[in-house]
Amino acid sequence: MQIAVLSGKGGTGKTFVSVNLAFAAQNTTYIDCDVEEPNGGLFLKPDITAEENIEVMIPKVNLEKCTACRKCVDFCKYNALALVNNRLLVFKELCHDCGGCILLCPEKALTEQGRTIGKVEYGISGGVKTRTGILNTGEAVGIPIIKRLLKDIEQENIYVIDSPPGSSCAVMESIKDCDYCILVTEPTLFGVHNLAMVYELVKLFGKPHGVVINKHIEGETVADDYCLQNNIPIIARIPYDDRIGSVNSQGKIVAAEDGKYFAIFNEIFQKIQEEVQHEAVTHTER
Amino acid sequence: MKIAIPSEGKNLESLVNQTFGRTETFIVVDNSDMSYKAIDNTAASAQGGAGIKAAQAIVDSGAEAIITFRCGQNAADVLKTAGIKIYKATAGSINDVVKMYNAGKLDELTDIHAGYHNHGGA
Repeated sequence: MQIAVLSGKGGTGKTFVSVNLAFAAQNTTYIDCDVEEPNGGLFLKPDITAEENIEVMIPKVNLEKCTACRKCVDFCKYNALALVNNRLLVFKELCHDCGGCILLCPEKALTEQGRTIGKVEYGISGGVKTRTGILNTGEAVGIPIIKRLLKDIEQENIYVIDSPPGSSCAVMESIKDCDYCILVTEPTLFGVHNLAMVYELVKLFGKPHGVVINKHIEGETVADDYCLQNNIPIIARIPYDDRIGSVNSQGKIVAAEDGKYFAIFNEIFQKIQEEVQHEAVTHTER
Repeated sequence: MKIAIPSEGKNLESLVNQTFGRTETFIVVDNSDMSYKAIDNTAASAQGGAGIKAAQAIVDSGAEAIITFRCGQNAADVLKTAGIKIYKATAGSINDVVKMYNAGKLDELTDIHAGYHNHGGA
């Protein structure tokens, strides 16, 4: 089972919910897909057991074969190629690794060449296995790393996916095959505005989903109201609590420090598990 | 000599556009007789790599120099490889900056910026 944790807005508590859920559910794998700023490791502090460089394929030109026909330049939708004085220029950071130019070249003057854009670290933190995607500074596209992070998945295991913030391609890649989406929000207008964006996304993907309201304050009902109007189940409210802030700032996992919070995250996990099993049953009946 | 200039309109009275890659129009003007042609910049709406695509269009236009307020690194790479000189624009119309160029009053653009990529974040 794959549980993806999303939030339209950065700083709502996506990583907080992810690491605490991974800890409370036990025997899970925590996957940090926020490859531009992976920080689940600050809390889980895994021992790194292996790492793997992630490469993308970019075109390499054989200038003796290239006839400067320009087909590749006109084809490239990412404008990663230019033709100047009959010489092909490749702008490697703009290349999206689609391979189209190589297929198209009538002279077979283009071949693939690997280029490292980042890495995946594998580790272990108590009962939680970790996978962390790290995009090198200056790189624009982290999707190949997310693809690698989500490749070796065994259906009987539990995965908690810490998605990138927002609702862009990288987020879509991270939830594509997941079984459930947790939408983390906070009870502010800004939080709800961005919740609406990820809600649209999970609806589009047809994913079972529920909201966790983080930093919940009695009487601040803007997030509750939105969920009620749109019939979105609220699976938990995590109170605004100085203690959580203090434990977080020390890089600790609050569910490990405080039984009350262990119970909240454990209950979130139980609810999701029931929901996913229920979905599985109703889908087979159809 | 043909000079390409990002322009807010399609004639010599138009103002020089503040951007390069995302200008709607380039005016390619011959500074010997002020004959000119306006070309649409198809890169204006590109998702990424607008500077490269715009620079490619300038290379294809046969211009030997450009006059612009700013230019990104990738576009500058294309223009330099083609041997196209990049001059820094001064405020005014296309006419005005070409006169400035003819009088030898324009400096070469040296502060090439890294590009405005990925604005809008993840």
